[in-house]
Amino acid sequence: MSSSPNPAVTDPLRLHVPEPSARPGEATDFSYLQLSPAGAVDKPALDVTASQTTPLTTQLVRVLDDNGDAVGPWAADIDDEVLRQAMHAMLKTRAYDARMLIAQRQKKTSFYIQCLGEEAIAVGQTLALREGDMQFPTYRQQGILITKGVSLVDMMCQVLSNAADPLKGRQLPIMYSYKDAGFFSISGNLTTQYIQAVGWAMASAIKGDTKIATAWVGDGATAEGDFHAALVFGHVYRAPVILNVVNNQWAISTFQAIAGGENTTFAARGAAYGIPSLRVDGNDLLAVYAVSRWAAERARSNLGATMIEWVTYRAGPHSTSDDPSKYRPADDAQHFPLGDPIERLKAHMIKRGLWSDEQHEQARSEYDAEIARALKEAETHGLLGSDNRPGAADMFNDVYKDMPEHLRRQRQQLGV
Amino acid sequence: MSQNDTQTTGGAPMTMIQALRSAMDVMLERDENVVAFGQDVGYFGGVFRCTDGLQAKYGKQRVFDAPISESGIAGAAIGMAAYGLRPVAEIQFADYIYPAYDQIVSEAARLRYRSGGMFSAPLVFRTPCGGGIYGGQTHSQSPEAIFAHVAGLRTVMPSNPYDAKGLLIASIENDDPVIFLEPKRLYNGPFDGHHDRPVTAWSKHADNVVPEGYYTVPLDKAAVVREGKAVTILTYGTTVWVAQAAAEDAGIDAEVIDLRSLWPLDLDAIVASVKKTGRCIVLHEATRTCGFGAELVALVQEHCFYHLEAPVERVTGWDTPYPHAQEWDYFPGPARVIDAMHRVLED
Repeated sequence: MSSSPNPAVTDPLRLHVPEPSARPGEATDFSYLQLSPAGAVDKPALDVTASQTTPLTTQLVRVLDDNGDAVGPWAADIDDEVLRQAMHAMLKTRAYDARMLIAQRQKKTSFYIQCLGEEAIAVGQTLALREGDMQFPTYRQQGILITKGVSLVDMMCQVLSNAADPLKGRQLPIMYSYKDAGFFSISGNLTTQYIQAVGWAMASAIKGDTKIATAWVGDGATAEGDFHAALVFGHVYRAPVILNVVNNQWAISTFQAIAGGENTTFAARGAAYGIPSLRVDGNDLLAVYAVSRWAAERARSNLGATMIEWVTYRAGPHSTSDDPSKYRPADDAQHFPLGDPIERLKAHMIKRGLWSDEQHEQARSEYDAEIARALKEAETHGLLGSDNRPGAADMFNDVYKDMPEHLRRQRQQLGV
Repeated sequence: MSQNDTQTTGGAPMTMIQALRSAMDVMLERDENVVAFGQDVGYFGGVFRCTDGLQAKYGKQRVFDAPISESGIAGAAIGMAAYGLRPVAEIQFADYIYPAYDQIVSEAARLRYRSGGMFSAPLVFRTPCGGGIYGGQTHSQSPEAIFAHVAGLRTVMPSNPYDAKGLLIASIENDDPVIFLEPKRLYNGPFDGHHDRPVTAWSKHADNVVPEGYYTVPLDKAAVVREGKAVTILTYGTTVWVAQAAAEDAGIDAEVIDLRSLWPLDLDAIVASVKKTGRCIVLHEATRTCGFGAELVALVQEHCFYHLEAPVERVTGWDTPYPHAQEWDYFPGPARVIDAMHRVLED
């Protein structure tokens, strides 16, 4: 008779490799999302502890119910004007994406990334921040720039890498940088900005400033080491930062379960690091705004970092180089239980008499026209690969503050 | 002291540790945007004492301990620099800088370029480097080549207390990201590779006078530490002392150049010396293949070809991880430099 405490094990071990519930031609089972009814999740006190938020990290803060009504503790303090601004910014962002996608197909640029279906998150949070705060975005938060009213022509010139490109043709399209708009320089290296945002926030605290930082990362990129570093530093130094995780369920072709999302949430990680954390409906503009404002107030009150997992869905392809029909159901976005952020806000605003179908259609056509005009103007400065591109001599500038001798020689070798 | 150095009167002998500490003290005093942080940097004053007393003097908001996370330290420093601070971040050993490599290469080095000058990273990563201390594989490395290779970085390495302070102040003031490599073998006294002889402290070193206050040693300027006509030895860090000892031991009229700034470097000083001597040896502790010496050899070949009387020699660490028991078989000491000088002079 065996004295081992374990039962006899005879089956060979097996490596577990998570899979999405559906592949092309099938239907996704979205029950893994663990949704809470609108209004069901508490609004904690600003000085809540991380462990007190632990239950909230598996629930879902939602304000808008299926009838378009704003319900529950997070519904209270949203100004009508904020809703109008949000609607305009979301419509404009979607129109911009649609037009730039076409521009890429027409080979006016090499590359583009849409944020289709995720507009509410960047727009809503930006409206909850103050002038002077610094956001550390990924490549899918163009809604920040649109909300801030950055020149569309300017943004397009960056995408077209033309003579008027503010980044002088050095950067891949969509890797914008707008210091004045509180939009940190985008890097192709994932998650690097997450810990940088924490450092920026630490600096603000060191200087006794009142500005806060926001950090942005996608679900897939939470697997990078810098995510861990940011949570550690954010917690240790009680940095005035909002740590956003945009869980759009997909990292290119990889379902969020492969990033570590199976049977857990990304918000749960924040709480485990000692950071108060919430899980929020990312397609509910009212929830995005209310929770962002709460987190911003916490940060500004020296109460430290907040982590927010935004549950949303990447409705479009990952990028213009991607074909999602190769790895997920073609109609997946239509079945995503949290719907479309613009449609949901529209229903709510119409119900409250703040908006109408006519205004909606009018705003849409006005933005289409404005964006078409802007693109036309941007194109007068050149397209990618045209003669009207940033000068070759500019390639050697800004590597260092002052150009060192070896770069002077190399520039001369090129004859520019 | 070169003619370009900012002159300051007075001073006393300092170790390299004291000189580095003094540089940070001076800059913390002068510029309220300077902050210093890293593992054990705060209360304890650093595992090498380089930040001793600074937290007590300037407070925890300016000098503080960090979690054991090199990418976290580097990334946070970049964010602070983007805000407008001038962080001096310490990585405890250069051997442990690799987890921060993505932040240094992909972010600090490129921030100014990729943002069209909108954002920049005026910061310094201080890190003790080099061998000769029985440090084994992860307390002896010289990773300068992987930083010198990266566009947008400045890589600096002092070889004495005066330069250490002046170069560190210049690095903190510089608006580009600086990798500041400190040869830990030189922290307490010069070391010429004669491990079988007693080592003298910096306090016993004749010309070691370090001013108390502010001064700089300019970046991108080499120093001719020993004038000679027979052969040029291009080197930096601990091997500056090895080269001088080798020249004395062999009675060879070698000119020893301490590069001080590895990249961007002082090409004029190199070219002038090699054109004068017609012979050149490149000497560094780091492994040979694709080491920084390869770039020096290429530059000498490109700019001094018709003045060369012999092939350029490299004396370097071997292409192996840094061993423990074989410390003195690995470290490029005076004997190996003398052999190289004889080879170069025979041709």
